[in-house]
Amino acid sequence: MRYAETGFNLEVDLTRGNIERVRTDPAWTELYLGGQGTAGRLLWDRVGPEVHPFDPENLLIFSSGLLHSTPVPGANRTTVDTFSPQTNLYSHSLFGGFFGPELKHAGYDKIILRGKAPDLVYLWIHNDKVELRDATHLAGMGALATADRIREELEQPEAQVAAIGLAGENRVFMATIEHANSSASRGVGVIIGDKRLKAIVVRGTKDVNIARPAELFGISSPMYRAIYENEFCGDTMAHEDDEEFHVNNFAWGNARKRNLGFWNKEREERWKAITESVRLRWTGCYNCPKDCHQAIRLPGKQTYFQKCYSKLTYAMAAYEEIDFNYEILALTQEYGLDGFSTPQVLAFAIELYEAGILTDEDLPGFPSSGGERFFYLVEKLVNREGVGDALANGVYHAARQIGKGAEEFDHNSMKKFEQVPLKLKMINYPYFLMYATGEKMNITQIEGSYPQVPIADKEERQRFVDRWDAAPERFKKWFLEWEPRTHPSVEAAVNICDWNETMHYIDDAIGTCAFLSSFRGQFGGRPPYHIYNLPQFISHATGLDMDPDKLWKVGHRNRNLIRAINIRRGLRRADEKPPEDHWKIRDPEMEKRLLDEYYKFKGWTMDGVPRAKTLRELELGFVAEDFLERGILTEGDDSAPEQASAGE
Amino acid sequence: MTSEHTKETKIVKEIKIDLDKCIGCRACEVACSAFHARPRYSSTNPARSRIRVIFDALNDVYVPIRAGDYTPAECTGRHSYTIGGKDYQECSFCGVACPARDYFKEPDSGLPLKCDMCESDPTLEVPMCVQVCTCDSLTYHEREVEVTASEPREEMEVGLEALANKYGWERLMDTAARLSKKG
Ligand code: SF4
Ligand code: SF4
Ligand code: SF4
Ligand code: SF4
Repeated sequence: MRYAETGFNLEVDLTRGNIERVRTDPAWTELYLGGQGTAGRLLWDRVGPEVHPFDPENLLIFSSGLLHSTPVPGANRTTVDTFSPQTNLYSHSLFGGFFGPELKHAGYDKIILRGKAPDLVYLWIHNDKVELRDATHLAGMGALATADRIREELEQPEAQVAAIGLAGENRVFMATIEHANSSASRGVGVIIGDKRLKAIVVRGTKDVNIARPAELFGISSPMYRAIYENEFCGDTMAHEDDEEFHVNNFAWGNARKRNLGFWNKEREERWKAITESVRLRWTGCYNCPKDCHQAIRLPGKQTYFQKCYSKLTYAMAAYEEIDFNYEILALTQEYGLDGFSTPQVLAFAIELYEAGILTDEDLPGFPSSGGERFFYLVEKLVNREGVGDALANGVYHAARQIGKGAEEFDHNSMKKFEQVPLKLKMINYPYFLMYATGEKMNITQIEGSYPQVPIADKEERQRFVDRWDAAPERFKKWFLEWEPRTHPSVEAAVNICDWNETMHYIDDAIGTCAFLSSFRGQFGGRPPYHIYNLPQFISHATGLDMDPDKLWKVGHRNRNLIRAINIRRGLRRADEKPPEDHWKIRDPEMEKRLLDEYYKFKGWTMDGVPRAKTLRELELGFVAEDFLERGILTEGDDSAPEQASAGE
Repeated sequence: MTSEHTKETKIVKEIKIDLDKCIGCRACEVACSAFHARPRYSSTNPARSRIRVIFDALNDVYVPIRAGDYTPAECTGRHSYTIGGKDYQECSFCGVACPARDYFKEPDSGLPLKCDMCESDPTLEVPMCVQVCTCDSLTYHEREVEVTASEPREEMEVGLEALANKYGWERLMDTAARLSKKG
């Protein structure tokens, strides 16, 4: 019997309309657990480097996590994995809500989509009954409105829907896939649109087996209160009205300027009042006691959900106030646009206009205020109209398509992707490494276990470390030694990057929310889930004999597998450069040393390629063989140092 | 059918539901289905839960309802309510297992499900759904009331009646007779 997973994937060929239920290999569960891990293996096996993201051979994979539909609270993140036309690299996103658990109750761990539908369709999965249905009548409809319409049409109020809006349909690169109160971004919405799939609708009523049910329930049920009462987890910032951190530390406009002095008490009061007047309620995700998502309704507009720091991104990019942000979100959420990269693209266009690179000819009737300009540009963008066609390809490509010096204004992308515009003064070692080497494109998907700032008071520092259950011993030592305004050692920086990313790779395989785990150690150091308690949840759910060392190794395996996918598509050291102005004061020598040491630590070559020995030790021998065959690696260049484990 | 009617006091177990506090997490569904799975906790399947959250997110409607009785026929007419500017359908407040919808029916057999207040041995201090509702949208209260008691209908009786409504008494009796001979 298969435990915690269904043991089946759904394979959908959109070109032919062919649908198959395919049994999965339990050995893969032991190696990669599930979610992003097993999706990575599928992408490695089935999508060669020659496949362009817009080719029908590109796969788009929706994966539930291994712990979805078990009683483990907060296991609900669905991963979406494919290749992005913006980066021509691996593209990965996650969304919360209710989708993954519903999919498993329908009897599937994954939906694997290939090909392209001749016309707009949606996929309807009702337990064993799966069909593609015409969606031409839904063309142009907003994402959440589409979900409602389909549920009505099918008379299935309980069905869970993931849908795209106009942006995805028009293959806008920053399109999202919207589901309930959550969205998947970072290059997956454009691919579902390219495949002409408007929505996936799931209703599942089957049971999912659990290996040791009473034990699993026994350790899961105290987690509700533990999570609920833990002030350091969930989207803590979403609940704060003091926005000083984001407003002061993140760059405004096109990731250019900091706006110090903008934030004050009076503004906080005003913004708070506005937010309270538009918020209907806070909402959560499947089986999680936190409530990270605001349901927002403006007079005369449709309800939408606001999450994460999209509360501010449009306002800061347009130099506007928070009411503007809520207004434009009402539109961009229904179009299905990513709240991180979209504002940067729009602000980039304004910069070009102000520099005379874009003119009134490109932007006829261009308004004068930041806010009105954003509304104007959004329409161009989602319709790929005029200059919007270039903008819809992201800042990197738009700059090159527009030319005339526009490249100079592309100063915040890396690996051709818009980065979070956190602009600080002094280079930060672990952050340099995370930005440079991250495969997940957004720093929020990489950072999170080790604290961002040291604690000045020595006693308080000791107290912090004393109850730091989530941390392997070596980090406690480094944290105790860490004085304000000093850098951690190179060794510590490398390890910090490694720990941070490893925890994300674990979350993204088992489906636990990063807000309860990998993202939430950095403030307070008390994530409800961590490397020392997760193995027990996994063991009881699956019957696997998991322990912290083994789990750490799975995290490394998945990390190297995803790395390998990108390496095979050409990613190398030269691409691992955070934007020039990311920190005011740079240290090229140290940056080189950090990267050298990180690669060495990871068992990679100085060009960032996982060595054959490393790969074989991680049971990724097939990757090593492929690299040797392609000449990406040559045998003999194999002296990877030992890697630290969770226990040290 | 008549039954003895007597006056007695008894503890009424009550779950209060605050619609404004509900975050729509469905932990109540997970916990209820786990508790009622056989073997206990062997599956968490909201489709088998005796509490369901009725969602209409665009209209800000989040209504947890517990399963009540079974009916073979849906209501002929229905109310809709406007409360605090929001529209609710009567069905959203109704815990009946009813042909109008899929809630409160075992997904395989279609048999009706009913909230039993987590009756078990030993008795739970607080029902499962309330235990996991950390934000207090669900709260548990006990109060003593004087009631006119009548024999409660047994689970089997309710189940049989549902089967009879689905297949007719004749087929049900035939099948029962056939199966009992086999056994
Ligand atoms: S912590 Fe927040 S985002 Fe994560 S699952 Fe819970 S409610 Fe959703
Ligand atoms: S557990 Fe409570 S908050 Fe969550 S859906 Fe149920 S009633 Fe609502
Ligand atoms: S669900 Fe309740 S209110 Fe609605 S039709 Fe059925 S019995 Fe009537
Ligand atoms: S009281 Fe018990 S049986 Fe009734 S809905 Fe709640 S958990 Fe289910």
